[in-house]
Amino acid sequence: MTTKPSEKTLVVVQMTGGNDFMNTLVPYTNGHYYDARKKVVIRENQVLPINDELGINENAAPFKRLYDEGKMAIIQGIGYPDSNRSHFRGMDIWHTAEPDRVGSEGWLGQAVRELDPKAENVLTGVNIGAGLPRAMAVTGVPVTSVGDLEGYGVMNRIEQDRLKNKALETFKGIYGQAIGTGPVADYIGQTGLDVLSGADLLAEVADNYESTVEYAENPIAKSLRDVARIHLSGLGTRIFYTQHGGYDTHANELAGHPKLMTDVSGAISDFLDDLEEHGASDNVTVFAFTEFGRRMRDNGSGTDHGTGGGAFIYGKNVQGGLYGQYPSLDPADWEHGEDLKHHIDFRGIYATLLEQVLDVEARPIVKGEYEQISPFRA
Amino acid sequence: MKSDRALVAHLMRRAGFGATPAELDTLAQEQTYEDIVEDLVNPERFEELDEAYIDRYYSGEPVALHVGKWLYRMVNTRRPLEEKMALFLHHIFPVAWGKSEHGPSLYTEIAMFRRVGLMDMKTILLELSRDPAMIFWLDNNENHKDEINENYGRELLELFSMGVGNYTEDDIKAASRAFTGWTFRQPLSLYPNGHYPAEFEFLEDDHDYDSKTFLGETGDFDGEDIIDIIVKQPATARFISRHLYNFFVEDELQVPSWKTEPAKNEDAIAQLSKMFLETGGDMRAVLKEMFNSDWFKAATSFKKVKSPTELIAGVLKQTGEFSDPVPGIQNFAITSLNGSLVEGPLAIMGQRLMNPPTVEGWHTGHEWIDSGTLSERVGFVERQFEDLSKPGVKDMVDRVGSLDDDPSQLVDRCLDLLGSINVSEQTYDSLVAYAKELSSIENDDVEGSVGVHNLLQMTASTVDYQFE
Repeated sequence: MTTKPSEKTLVVVQMTGGNDFMNTLVPYTNGHYYDARKKVVIRENQVLPINDELGINENAAPFKRLYDEGKMAIIQGIGYPDSNRSHFRGMDIWHTAEPDRVGSEGWLGQAVRELDPKAENVLTGVNIGAGLPRAMAVTGVPVTSVGDLEGYGVMNRIEQDRLKNKALETFKGIYGQAIGTGPVADYIGQTGLDVLSGADLLAEVADNYESTVEYAENPIAKSLRDVARIHLSGLGTRIFYTQHGGYDTHANELAGHPKLMTDVSGAISDFLDDLEEHGASDNVTVFAFTEFGRRMRDNGSGTDHGTGGGAFIYGKNVQGGLYGQYPSLDPADWEHGEDLKHHIDFRGIYATLLEQVLDVEARPIVKGEYEQISPFRA
Repeated sequence: MKSDRALVAHLMRRAGFGATPAELDTLAQEQTYEDIVEDLVNPERFEELDEAYIDRYYSGEPVALHVGKWLYRMVNTRRPLEEKMALFLHHIFPVAWGKSEHGPSLYTEIAMFRRVGLMDMKTILLELSRDPAMIFWLDNNENHKDEINENYGRELLELFSMGVGNYTEDDIKAASRAFTGWTFRQPLSLYPNGHYPAEFEFLEDDHDYDSKTFLGETGDFDGEDIIDIIVKQPATARFISRHLYNFFVEDELQVPSWKTEPAKNEDAIAQLSKMFLETGGDMRAVLKEMFNSDWFKAATSFKKVKSPTELIAGVLKQTGEFSDPVPGIQNFAITSLNGSLVEGPLAIMGQRLMNPPTVEGWHTGHEWIDSGTLSERVGFVERQFEDLSKPGVKDMVDRVGSLDDDPSQLVDRCLDLLGSINVSEQTYDSLVAYAKELSSIENDDVEGSVGVHNLLQMTASTVDYQFE
């Protein structure tokens, strides 16, 4: 099953570790910010102002460009209730959309199941990178995870046709038979069959792609380039997922955070440019999130785990601008006396993406009604 | 036969990185199962690998080289449990090269894990808290008397000892205060030729000597006092026992659910916890209790998914390519080389050894498997078993025999040689059918490239081969 890359597609970028929202979208004229951030601070001359109060970290200049072009929606003050500030639990909550209990089904895996209920296309959901995130994992829902696009598939090295056919047939038999023999064997068996079908589809991707956009040499750029290559091949993928790590900036934040900003902003803008060059940018939405924001006060070198943070939606179809209110920086309003208070429940944003991008009913996935925003052009 | 060959194969896989067919022959013939366990938990009975000899071939600072060197140790050590415990501690106390001062700190940390892995929990946590790589990774060097940094205090309780739900935010703050002043010092760097490992340093001036209340006890605690309190908590005994069970016996649910979900085998966890509390967390005693238990022996049939490291080290042991420190072992590991990203099979299978993704480490069990990692697992064994010039491959091919032999006997021998592995009946039949096909293809094959190794490759590509 192949479709043209004209269906609406969601690309999720996970910023792993807890991005410092205040140093991404900086309240550069607010005295409370400077009071709290003694050392780990972005000063007025280091921001690219978007209004009189807020500015984008200068290391993320490509984001400023996207913002000015109206292609970037900034969701201010997103979070989940009763944060215990654990990465572990935090990421789990974001992945399963279940803050109250330990969920087992990934929110995007559930969306894949809705989009492709008969599991006709193993590429409906594609993860780029080593290791499938729980957000994409639901037992029985095939999702393709590509660690190495060039080497994807099995029995690739056998040259003799007859042997290769026999080997593939045997592999298929062995993995097919495992299904129905217990949960883990089921899962691995199905995954084996999915590799076979995915490999057939992905075999041509590398050869089909040409672009004048030169992505930078870093992991997130490489991953988004792979997303572009697969998307532009028109294989019917509706959800892509990829991760960018390193945001747990407890120490030396001023040394480490700038490169993260440079890499992620460059990669996302190159990706959108690439789609534009191929006339394929109308229906692609990028959503970038992180598990939590960081503490109001710095710790002298970095910032500890906090609660409320920010997320971003990018795309040509996006109605750019600010969404929600910047969380109050007044110490009187801080949560636990030290954190930004979130006021947009992340499940409302998930619902927005599920219903307005993927045309999937959100309620069963986010388990309730949460207020959506309207970040897309009519 | 003094012990059951298949059971010994199981023990050597779980307590180490597997055994070659020849090693299994010797062990099963000469020793009882209990004697083998005794040898495993007393590694000092066997000679250490000669570090100087290894260094002569694998010298340099790049992390890939050191991951390769670690693989070499896994394959060649005569103290397999020592190496397996180092890997266990790396799983539960994950520190990544991606956030370290320099490689050597991490390499000395892994060496420390090797040294203390079979000691008691107090020693292990104390060494961990004094370890420069850990201190830098969780920012304890930024944890000051007047400006605490909670990172280490929090993860020590949440991830390294007790688990969520057994302490309060105030306990975290108290623990963090107790570890103020625990930092490290960097001896003169040899740059550009390399670095000296860092050393632990206690800065009296930066330590908070005031009274603290931690888990209900009050005193002017320092880090060691905190660890003493942690080690005697039943929550710690249970949490570490669950980790041991998860690593050695049976895949559990992922750690965050442990707070609410019962263990798969509560009796086993109770047995291990009891031994833990009686011995102050003596790993030797706890592991011995585990390996000799009936539930451990029954775990041969559990579908416990091999980690990428276990899969790769196990295969390399079989192929015999690295029974000497020949060049190339770092290629399995490369996470980055000369600034460019070249992923080796370990990384593509989802385990960048010495570079875990986050402080929570790797998700294990069936989460090791997805379509990308499975594709690499199968590709890896395909590459490893195709080269007949490798001594282990040649030995196995010779032992399997000729494709003209009875196909079920060929399959039996392949399964036995790959470590007495169990496969489902249907898989067995598929392999026999494949053996027949291979024989027929071989007869028509003009290039002579088809052979018994194709059957070994397929056997190692099965669903069942993914299990320990």
